[in-house]
Amino acid sequence: MPKIIKDLNVVEDSWQVWRDTESLPTSGGYIVPLALWQAHKDALLALGDIAVFLASDQSPKLLGADINSFALIAVDFPKFADGRGFSYGRELREQHGFTGELRAIGDFMRDQLYFLKRCGFNSFALQSDELDEALASFNDFSDAYQPSIDQALPIFRRR
Amino acid sequence: MYAYDQFDRQLVSQRVAQFRDQTQRYLEGKISDEQFLPLRLQNGLYIQRLAPMLRIAVPYGTLNAEQLRKLASITRKYDKGYAHISTRQNVQLNWPKLEEVPDILEELAEVEMHAVQTSGNCIRNVTADQFSGVAADEVEDARAYCEIIRQWSTFHPEFAFLPRKFKIAVCGSASDRAAVMVHDIGLQIVKDAAGNTAFKVIVGGGLGRTPVIGSVINEALEPKHLLTYLEAILRVYNQLGRRDNKFKARIKILVRAMGAEAFKADVEKEWAHIKDGALSLTDEEISRAQSFFQPPAYESLPQQDMQALALENADFARWLQHNTHAHKVAGYRIVTLALKTTGVAPGDVTAEQLEVIADLGERYGFGEIRSTHQQNIVLPDVRQQDLLALWKELVELEVASPVVGTLNDIICCPGGDFCSLANAKSIPIAEAIQRRFEDLDYVYDLGEIELNISGCMNACGHHHIGNIGILGVDKKGQEFYQISLGGSQGLDASIGKILGPSFAQDEVPNVIEKVLETFVSLRQPEERFLDTFRRVGMDPFKERAYA
Repeated sequence: MPKIIKDLNVVEDSWQVWRDTESLPTSGGYIVPLALWQAHKDALLALGDIAVFLASDQSPKLLGADINSFALIAVDFPKFADGRGFSYGRELREQHGFTGELRAIGDFMRDQLYFLKRCGFNSFALQSDELDEALASFNDFSDAYQPSIDQALPIFRRR
Repeated sequence: MYAYDQFDRQLVSQRVAQFRDQTQRYLEGKISDEQFLPLRLQNGLYIQRLAPMLRIAVPYGTLNAEQLRKLASITRKYDKGYAHISTRQNVQLNWPKLEEVPDILEELAEVEMHAVQTSGNCIRNVTADQFSGVAADEVEDARAYCEIIRQWSTFHPEFAFLPRKFKIAVCGSASDRAAVMVHDIGLQIVKDAAGNTAFKVIVGGGLGRTPVIGSVINEALEPKHLLTYLEAILRVYNQLGRRDNKFKARIKILVRAMGAEAFKADVEKEWAHIKDGALSLTDEEISRAQSFFQPPAYESLPQQDMQALALENADFARWLQHNTHAHKVAGYRIVTLALKTTGVAPGDVTAEQLEVIADLGERYGFGEIRSTHQQNIVLPDVRQQDLLALWKELVELEVASPVVGTLNDIICCPGGDFCSLANAKSIPIAEAIQRRFEDLDYVYDLGEIELNISGCMNACGHHHIGNIGILGVDKKGQEFYQISLGGSQGLDASIGKILGPSFAQDEVPNVIEKVLETFVSLRQPEERFLDTFRRVGMDPFKERAYA
């Protein structure tokens, strides 16, 4: 089973990403594209556990009322320099009250873990052979100026 | 000025450790060039034509004597004994070694300095009027708000990978010395009828290859909403700004494509979620920030007549007129040190000069020193009675060229001599112009003129807002120069118009001379170049230049 980082630990994980936007998987356990979900909601639900991922140009608003029916929502990073997903993470947590697993998938890097976590992500399908070493990056900073998911108050309200 | 507490100190030192580890992993081959790029850029490190370049942050242009001495020592130890003041008030080193950059950052942290977010697609170092807190025409000191913005934007988790770089400027005086109309966000401090402070919020201005004057999207934003409003603007931009084309990725393109009204509507929708939330500024926080920028212990001195002072000596009189500005406290004057010696790249300053300037800042003031976006250095609090003595020392130090605000106070990027982005050299152009117009009486007769030079479209030399702008272009492998006229910064900012086909390097001083002759022949008494240009238009200049 592939390994990911979840809640600050390296764990085995069985979710698989299904990138085909036309045909359906034959079983549950997949994270599917938003478009597939929108077109085949009922058929997908019949397969078992299904999660959805947002591409970098797909705002969480597109999920509408479905948001809190998912146990897992993933955000796909097509390139690590594409930072839209950081805003999507905060929006899912802060505006839509999503409390399930929020996973980063695609091309992001170890040195973004700290900021991703601050933006509400708690699981990371990081493409790396050194997941244990990567955990150190969550501790790059011990505190922050701004409020975000992991710290509700800005430093100026705590000084 | 702002002083770090334990919290600020810890963050900066954790940043040094983080970058040391990243550099180490890069050198071990564990981080690719492509991945290392944004990491090093967000620590100010460029890989340039000849060597790396390190851009050190000078938040809103404020420095103290100890920091200047540390910069001097760093330039000796890690570089070639000089530094460069950039057009965003930062300090650049042109010859550091990549593997030594973490050591440089560690030394900087000792004096509460860093290179955080001085490059990369993130919120850059916030800039301000270099005369903040001392200008006679000030509405309110911008620095406390700049510091509040600096802290909010530092290591902001959501906005470290924006579509493109993002620059914020704040101006607190009646005349704009921070170029707020041509920033991604410009904030102009205003007072309402009741005397309450508010911010006029201008978005989507910018230079670069598509120069745009910003749009006002909020006429009077209350200070408590400053950060939530900024966060809403950035959140809209981060999601909707173009990422398919680097040249269309700045917020100015988004604002223009959507229209300022529609952009504003999106911002206000986003703002509704966070307005009055935890990020709203408290009165305590604003007071805390302001407490760091209280006036120093000024003496109670009589205001001296500047004309009487000028009688001392003709050279001194010229310097007094051009290189000093009115101070809000009687008996004091603001002094600008011109880093514009002919033959030296505009903005360059040696380690020795930095050390002497540090001493001068302490002896002729309260130890505070400012850097300016015109690439000069300012001593903000000089007693009028000390001006003559100070001037003599500045002459000795070769930073007393009496050219501030004149044709020879050229703003100039490092250009093709250093920068890998440049199409053409810029420093030799500045030098050739300064040599052509060595006759200071002629230069003074011309009055206020801003001449800005950029070596490429990226416009680091702000050529679009120079009254005379010069842009280096590549024409079939040859370096050519395009001239524009009528640009200006300030609240009535305008983008210069192109004179016509570009010129070879050796023609540039002649063309500038023809432009100036045209101005002199059409000028009404005491008229500024900009006003003459606005009155008569491009045609007479064009006819003369291409005759």
